[in-house]
Amino acid sequence: MTDQTAADPYAALQDKEPPKAPRSQWKDVWDQFKHHKGALFGGGFLVFITLAVILGPYIWQVDPQKLDIRNKDMRPIYVALWDGTAKTGWFRPLGTDNLGRDILANLIAGGRASMAVGWAAMVLALLIGTSVGVVSGYFKKADFWLMRFTDLVLSLPILPLLLVAVTLFREPLRANFGPEGGMFILIVSVVGLTSWMQTARIVRGDILALKEREFILAARSIGTTSGKIIRRHLLPNVVSPIMVSATLGLATAIITESALSFLGVGFPSDFPTWGKLLADSVQRMEQYPERVILPGILISLTVLGVNYLGDGLRDALDPRIRGR
Amino acid sequence: MLTFTIRRLILSIPTLLFISLVIFLLLQLAPGDPMAQVPLTVPPEVKEKMREALGLGQPIHVQYWKWIVQFFWIEPQVLIDHWFGTSFAEGKQRVISWQTRSPVMDIVVQRIPQTLWVVGLSYVVGILIALPIGIYSAYKQYSVFDQTGTFITMIGFSIPPFFTGPLLIVIFSVQLGWFPSIYDTTHVVTDWASFKVQFMQMIMPVMVLALQTTAQLSRYMRSSMLDNLGQDYVRTARAKGLREGVVVMVHVLRNSMIPVITVIALGVPSIFGGAIITENVFKVNGIGQLLLTALFANDIPMVMTLTFIFAILIVLFNLIADVLYGVLDPRIRYD
Repeated sequence: MTDQTAADPYAALQDKEPPKAPRSQWKDVWDQFKHHKGALFGGGFLVFITLAVILGPYIWQVDPQKLDIRNKDMRPIYVALWDGTAKTGWFRPLGTDNLGRDILANLIAGGRASMAVGWAAMVLALLIGTSVGVVSGYFKKADFWLMRFTDLVLSLPILPLLLVAVTLFREPLRANFGPEGGMFILIVSVVGLTSWMQTARIVRGDILALKEREFILAARSIGTTSGKIIRRHLLPNVVSPIMVSATLGLATAIITESALSFLGVGFPSDFPTWGKLLADSVQRMEQYPERVILPGILISLTVLGVNYLGDGLRDALDPRIRGR
Repeated sequence: MLTFTIRRLILSIPTLLFISLVIFLLLQLAPGDPMAQVPLTVPPEVKEKMREALGLGQPIHVQYWKWIVQFFWIEPQVLIDHWFGTSFAEGKQRVISWQTRSPVMDIVVQRIPQTLWVVGLSYVVGILIALPIGIYSAYKQYSVFDQTGTFITMIGFSIPPFFTGPLLIVIFSVQLGWFPSIYDTTHVVTDWASFKVQFMQMIMPVMVLALQTTAQLSRYMRSSMLDNLGQDYVRTARAKGLREGVVVMVHVLRNSMIPVITVIALGVPSIFGGAIITENVFKVNGIGQLLLTALFANDIPMVMTLTFIFAILIVLFNLIADVLYGVLDPRIRYD
């Protein structure tokens, strides 16, 4: 034993096996994420529905607005399974509404609107929330007032205010940007402006903790400017909480848009969104329950998928939970 | 604790003033015209007079100040008059609805009981369902019950009330015919049979609202129980031979309830917001429905007052949550 050590004094320091390739952080995150079945399904469903509403109109080339009075009030094809006399047909797989508009095409078009509003409002909320959070976490002078402001906005009654804003500002925006464009801008901005607060708080908390770490001190000691510290050192480190709140924001935005459409203050009546399709069909849901159930299921499944995705991301991005 | 409460109370006054200013300015900026419904044959100078009669002629800050005085000074006087039969508010200008030309608060007072019944009851039902589910799923973590509970609460989170409402109506009123689909607010409970009718018509709106509450609260209850179940004092309690029921239901539960109670307090305003949709689905004529009709009719004083009432609820319950947290948990005292 002693001879061996004498022969090769560095044996204990040598690696027994060849060195592994270094693992990137995102590979670790993915490995953890894979274990969360719900998150995988949720993420998969979100990708599927996004692709479906983007590519759908190219595959199912029926105009959602086209009136076809002869074929109105058709039932979905699966109704034929238990009711042979029902008016069904393969050329309208999910049936038509009371004006003969194709429901499948409407669902795709409605999904486009709902997802577009959801994504845009989420991005807007993230931009506001992150900048407020970073500024108030990094600059001590701004902190007090920005956080007071955040608290104040948090105690605003959101849904009543949304209703007020949408009903009152509908007309001028419609006049300026057209009925659909104006409504889109209005809904995205009101949803975005009222849902950034949680992100701001989380980001501020993380920035406050990160600011005291040594690598920021080192960066500052070699003369890095505040802007560069924020962009190069702080923002990459708060990506994970931002991603988690992004998923929550997407879910809230989709639900809020649908709720506004349901209450009759959303998009104009000939412009389908999922909430709008649901609201329009409530009147005749005894005869045609599928017209309520299909958009409702799409909203619920999308939100469910996004929520599960957020759950999985939270686990995967947290280094304390990862690897367990 | 008392100083903290007083400080928070004083701090909530500027908050409320700020909120009222935001709502007021939003309504001022809005282009809606209360004279839009007046026939075109009415000459413009008469219209101008009508506008002034509604209090619209003055500059914005005067209007805001008048609203503040009416809401914070005259309306409480009316309330005191109503309670004690005094006459403080005799002949003073109250907040008047543009739709009905009657005081806003009178209408609100008529509508509030319906909302309170549905919302309050659904919250109680939601809490009563959520707490046992949360406790049991934490105690049997990763069991079948826990997994199912997690899945169901996730669904409860994700399905919006404007979908569950119609869905329940299709299933229970149309297909099965068990419950009425419209909430009849003129129904008066006099005897057992009419109580049964009232009970039947309340089940569906209450369940729709309770589903949301249950989903949220049972998650909080579960995670709070899980935090506490691993603590040292639980092992001590078991080691000294306490029965399992006492350990879980007395020692752990009491400590786990601290954060949950604050969450319960914080959730009250949001459930009032959610009631706007539920009231619309089941045709309950509560304050949510009142807000919607007032909005569509451009009735700005009504909208302003109702939105502000929602704001007061939020500020009040935030305060209650903060104070409760300090009272229940002696480790967290703010002063």
